[in-house]
Amino acid sequence: MFELVPLILAFPLAGLLINAAFGRWLDEKRIGIVASGATAAAFVIAVLQMLALSGNHFHAETVLLADWITIGDMHLPWQMRVDTLSVTMMLLVTGVGALIHIYAIGYMHGDPRFARFFVFLNLFVTMMLVLVSGDNYLMLFVGWEGVGLCSYLLIGFWYDKGDDNVGNARAGRKAFVVNRVGDLGFLIAMFLIFGAVGSLQFDDVLHFFEHHGAEVGGLATAVTLLFLVGAAGKSAQIPLFVWLPDAMAGPTPVSALIHAATMVTAGIYMIARSAPIFSLAPVSQMTVALLGAGTAFMAGTIAVAQWDIKRVLAYSTISQLGFMVAAVGLGGYVAGMFHLLTHAFFKALLFLSAGSVIHGVEHGAAASESAARGVAGEDYPSGAHHAHCDAQDMRNMGGLKDRMKLTFWVYLVGAVALAGVFPLAGFWSKDEILADAWHVGMVEGHWHGVAVYILLALAAIFTAFYMTRQIVMVFFGQPRSSAAEHATENPPTMTTPLVILAVLSVLGGALNLPGLHTLRRWLEHTHHFFHGIDFNLSVALSSTVLALAAIWLGVRVYHRRPLENATAPDQLQGVLGSVFNFLHAKWYVDELYAATILRLYEWQARFLAFQVDWDFWHDFVHDRVIAAAFRSVAAALSGPVDKGGIDRFFDGLALLVRAFAVRILRPLQTGYVRNYALGVMLGVIAVLGMMLVN
Amino acid sequence: MIATTYYLALSAILFSIGVVGVLVRRNAIVIFMAIELMLNSANLAFVAYARQFGALDGQILVFFVMTVAAAEVAVGLALIVAIFRSKASIDVDEVNLLRG
Repeated sequence: MFELVPLILAFPLAGLLINAAFGRWLDEKRIGIVASGATAAAFVIAVLQMLALSGNHFHAETVLLADWITIGDMHLPWQMRVDTLSVTMMLLVTGVGALIHIYAIGYMHGDPRFARFFVFLNLFVTMMLVLVSGDNYLMLFVGWEGVGLCSYLLIGFWYDKGDDNVGNARAGRKAFVVNRVGDLGFLIAMFLIFGAVGSLQFDDVLHFFEHHGAEVGGLATAVTLLFLVGAAGKSAQIPLFVWLPDAMAGPTPVSALIHAATMVTAGIYMIARSAPIFSLAPVSQMTVALLGAGTAFMAGTIAVAQWDIKRVLAYSTISQLGFMVAAVGLGGYVAGMFHLLTHAFFKALLFLSAGSVIHGVEHGAAASESAARGVAGEDYPSGAHHAHCDAQDMRNMGGLKDRMKLTFWVYLVGAVALAGVFPLAGFWSKDEILADAWHVGMVEGHWHGVAVYILLALAAIFTAFYMTRQIVMVFFGQPRSSAAEHATENPPTMTTPLVILAVLSVLGGALNLPGLHTLRRWLEHTHHFFHGIDFNLSVALSSTVLALAAIWLGVRVYHRRPLENATAPDQLQGVLGSVFNFLHAKWYVDELYAATILRLYEWQARFLAFQVDWDFWHDFVHDRVIAAAFRSVAAALSGPVDKGGIDRFFDGLALLVRAFAVRILRPLQTGYVRNYALGVMLGVIAVLGMMLVN
Repeated sequence: MIATTYYLALSAILFSIGVVGVLVRRNAIVIFMAIELMLNSANLAFVAYARQFGALDGQILVFFVMTVAAAEVAVGLALIVAIFRSKASIDVDEVNLLRG
């Protein structure tokens, strides 16, 4: 069954080709069926691969698709790898992907670029599958860049919207450029690996590092730190996380699929895949863990002070990615992958529900507007960003609990799962990460384990708090705008995936329950040292207590005294004052980058453009040196040489010819017939004379 | 039988008279007649040789020459008429447009 694995790429590829070629003649239903069907078919293939693996004693298989690069000894085939780690990712990408495709049929209804959206979405699925199924770092990199491209295309999907009508396009560019920084690190890491090993195949590289062990510790440290740069770009870690919040400019299904569930986890996948290298570099592991924990904490604090419903979720995503990165940094690869899976379920659920909320509020805005005008207006979800009412601002919402019942319940499930309340999915996976940190800090006695534990525990508190705040602001209290008042529930294509994801968010913890360790046993077949820490009751209890306390606090702050109207200051603003403003401004990170890196960069660009290029190259080198030299040479050639020499010679020649003609030839032409006849006669006589002489 | 030499001498005299006539006369019709004289001197030479060698070739060629001469006269006279119409004269010295 392993030979079926290329189909997992072929299905989404076929879907995207069909929609790209015929999309403009197909109606929305058919486009949606093609795109969702392609992804669902890929999911079936992924399930078959899982079955094939269990029939193969979980031994990794590789399937050769084609030779790719062969230069001398270097041999890089286009080869797919089926092992427990890659199949886990395949199942996640295609499963969650298929649900989000179905949801998008409803969400994108009426959009003028409907077909293009699904082409991009299928392209993304294809590229993500290349990323997770590749058997060498170069294929991983191809997928890595491919999903980056799709991310760019989809963030800027509504490129004519946003600030100044280019805001979304700018957000896409920002994501692309920031990711380039990370990609550079990844590329250099690949060069280092290739220089040392002479191959980029996973088996060769990982065996090399396992075999040489401590001898190549320095190389391992360099490679892993560079990998970390790549992962920080793709998985939105400090200091490269700034693109992810802006990426929310894309349509909500994109935020759910690419910027929450799958693409941003590529960095975690890559670190897990390279686990044998990381295990040789304790410095890198420590850096990874601290960076992840710091990101988790920082993004958690920022999420507390945001008003945009998707922005809260974006910072929450960054924070949860920080949890995963911290976990893999601590060697808890299973915990990291576990959290990756559960997070994909509940964060996709939250984003899609948020999309449902936004969609409902936009419909409400359109409905209240047309009611005011007395006309039944046609409305587009994309076109409904009304200037007077931001449909994503939580301050414009409130009271949606009664208007969008189903959305409320699934949102609540997602939020509770994210907050880590027993027994939902988030509780088990987050707890395993905290237990890992506890183990590294307290049992193994590393100081960074303690630091990571404290940061993550704080981040978990913030998580519970901001999710409570969001739930209360969006769903409870009174509607704070006419749009929220007229909001309506969405069609079943949108709500069905929500229910499925909600079920997964509740039951996702069962993947790796304490005592059973299904996921650990499954993943151990890929890397033998994918260990896990046993369930730690005190850690679990304390994190549950902290989460419940944070929820209680959130309810107390936001539910006791709800926001009075859409322009009232946040309740925390009164208590925290400037701290809140600092958090709302996202720690001024964007401003810091603008003041340091961007300003330096712009200064340098301006210097290169004006001083170096214009003044030096253009004015001096071109104008003064090259052009002037050319002009003087040309003047010498045209004056003395051409006019004085060549022209004068030919002028003289012409005068000579004219004088000959005038003086000698002209008098010969008398015009009298007899003269010509005489000429003929003399000629004849001359010829005859010659004949006689000879 | 009269020797061929006499015929040839007569032919040469006639040809020379024709050449001089073409060169010195200004009346176009007289020049024409001089040209006819030259052609017929050639005919005389042809038939003289034909008689001497007993071959018909020379005789036949004479007919060709006569035919060509007749055609030439037709064209030539038409030219002279055209010149007369434009110049009211057939003096060839009047026709000197090609003077350099």
